[in-house]
Amino acid sequence: MQGLLFLTFAAIAVICAINLVLQTHPISSALSLIGVMGSLAVLYLLLGGEFIAAVQLIVYAGAIMVLFIFVIMLLNAGAEKRPTRKVLATWISLPLLFTFVALAAVLIGSQVPRTEAVTFGGFAGGTTLSVGRALFTQYLLPFEITSILILIAILGAVVLARKEI
Amino acid sequence: MNFFILSLIKTGIVALALLTTLAYLQWIERKVLAHIQLRPGPYRVGPHGLLQPLADVIKLVTKEGLLPPQAHTFAYLLAPILAVSISLIAIVVIPFGPQVTIFGVTTNLGLTDLNIGVLFVLAMSSLGVYGVALGGWASNSKYPLIGALRSSAQMISYELPLAMAIVAPLLIMNTLNFRDITIAQGGYWLGFIPKWNVFAGPFPQIFSFIIFLIAAFAETNRVPFDLPEAESELVGGFHTEYSSMGFASFFMAEYANIVTVCCVGTVLFLGGWQPLWPAAYGSDLAPVAIHFGAAAMFFYHGVNASKTRMWDRFSFPVLGVVFLALGGLFLVPVLKPIMVPVFWFLAKALFLVFVFVWIRGTLPRFRYDQLMRFAWTFLFPVAVVNLLVTSFLVAVMSK
Amino acid sequence: MDIPLSLPAAVPLSWFLILSAILFMLGVAGFLLRRNIITVFMSIELMLNAVNLTFVTFSYRLQKVDGHIYSFFVMVVAAAEAAVGLAIILTVFKNRSTLEIDEVNSMKL
Repeated sequence: MQGLLFLTFAAIAVICAINLVLQTHPISSALSLIGVMGSLAVLYLLLGGEFIAAVQLIVYAGAIMVLFIFVIMLLNAGAEKRPTRKVLATWISLPLLFTFVALAAVLIGSQVPRTEAVTFGGFAGGTTLSVGRALFTQYLLPFEITSILILIAILGAVVLARKEI
Repeated sequence: MNFFILSLIKTGIVALALLTTLAYLQWIERKVLAHIQLRPGPYRVGPHGLLQPLADVIKLVTKEGLLPPQAHTFAYLLAPILAVSISLIAIVVIPFGPQVTIFGVTTNLGLTDLNIGVLFVLAMSSLGVYGVALGGWASNSKYPLIGALRSSAQMISYELPLAMAIVAPLLIMNTLNFRDITIAQGGYWLGFIPKWNVFAGPFPQIFSFIIFLIAAFAETNRVPFDLPEAESELVGGFHTEYSSMGFASFFMAEYANIVTVCCVGTVLFLGGWQPLWPAAYGSDLAPVAIHFGAAAMFFYHGVNASKTRMWDRFSFPVLGVVFLALGGLFLVPVLKPIMVPVFWFLAKALFLVFVFVWIRGTLPRFRYDQLMRFAWTFLFPVAVVNLLVTSFLVAVMSK
Repeated sequence: MDIPLSLPAAVPLSWFLILSAILFMLGVAGFLLRRNIITVFMSIELMLNAVNLTFVTFSYRLQKVDGHIYSFFVMVVAAAEAAVGLAIILTVFKNRSTLEIDEVNSMKL
């Protein structure tokens, strides 16, 4: 059952990612990215990261991608025209990327043996309690710095998107 | 019994009940609005308009489904599907009753028991923006676009006070699991005041409840925050270009959002399925009393039927007998542990739904800039202050 | 690495890491090959998601919660970066009226 779940959602993630790269209209790419994030949330649940799965849906798929879709709608630039990229680039880059993926797969497969398996419930430390406890005791300084970072980002976005008078 | 079979049966029951409730929620809304405005409301289609939702469903299903030629087809078709499925799926984490044993099968009355139930509901409300935004944009026309942008900006802005208002009682409850929250609100102070979160210490969450309700009105695009879909302003808002099943989906999504938000408010603030006064003082007889009272009312109006509706002499006593039977069901010892908690839960949730409809009939709507200013300059700081006070008191009291 | 003939009951950990590598490479491909600036930005988000999956996977392997924390911080930083980056994209569009990165190739307006 878990293998079926993993294969289904991994396939959905890869297909949506390929769709993101191949679609011409930015809205279709954005919807594919939301599909990737949703299937990754399910994979996080399989790995015992229930808090991270919920935060992925709330923050990534529910806020960041809404921002993307707003900007795409606002700019309304439409689909890309016929790409005039060099044929050479496509013919070299894609085989290179495949080679890299294959190399990475072989390396990972040799370092992490097949006996190490993931079962649902194999890791019980991903609850909100343990994440919150670690966040507020061991990682308190990065937490506070990140909140200042978000404040800076808000100020920057407001200043940049202001109308010039 | 096998977990899957049991879940399938429960899902079937809840889905059937929810979809029927959505259809009849529209009837309730039209009737209540009509009586607030001193008119009868739907009256002709079936007795007292009870078959009006059926007529509406038949009308919507048999209408021609349009696909505007200028629309972006994929997003246009995806938006209503997304809207209705995300708003319906949020009901799976709400507990309707305690753990019961029916015919030897022990099960929780509720579809799931997620440890991150509250986060799941927040995630679904965040994802609900997509149905609106994509629907309006995909229609490729000015009224839907403006309506969609306004509506989604409003929904995003009010998610923040909603989340803060939900977090405040969680500081007292210390859990994100809806079932544990409901169980922790059992018991009574002084023997008769229920330990609901609205009254709970160290800081009564009445302010959180009010902020939650206001933010919930804005999240579901209801009056007084329904400018994005007001007919006099923007024709139809984001669902202008939709007809037949697309429009029905958006409609169902809006009502499902209302039901979800009322159920969440019931569980978090009003104690879920816990009765209003202890069972020792006879709260188990309250549903029986209400049903018998309704039956008595039907008998009385059946005997004194008005001249224009002489068939009431036959139909009302029949309905009276039906309500007597329903009231009697609450006394059957096998069914009592299931029906009484579900009755209390439904009573509280439907009371909140009634508040939604009541306010629709009473208040005028906000202008859009007033709405956004209210969210960011008033409601959000108030929610933050409420959260700070609650967390300070919880930290001080827990020493 | 053998091809499994039946669906495994427990999923091997290396499969998660390989999925993460595939998603990362697809993000790199999108970043290098696309010309619309927003799609390039979305490919960056795809790369960040792949990295998040790696973090959570290793958190499972080492049975510690730290990977979840790092993943959380990556998400927060991605949110901040998306806000500022999209504001920059809006400004670029306002000044140059184009969203193709090949045409934004000189400092002169």
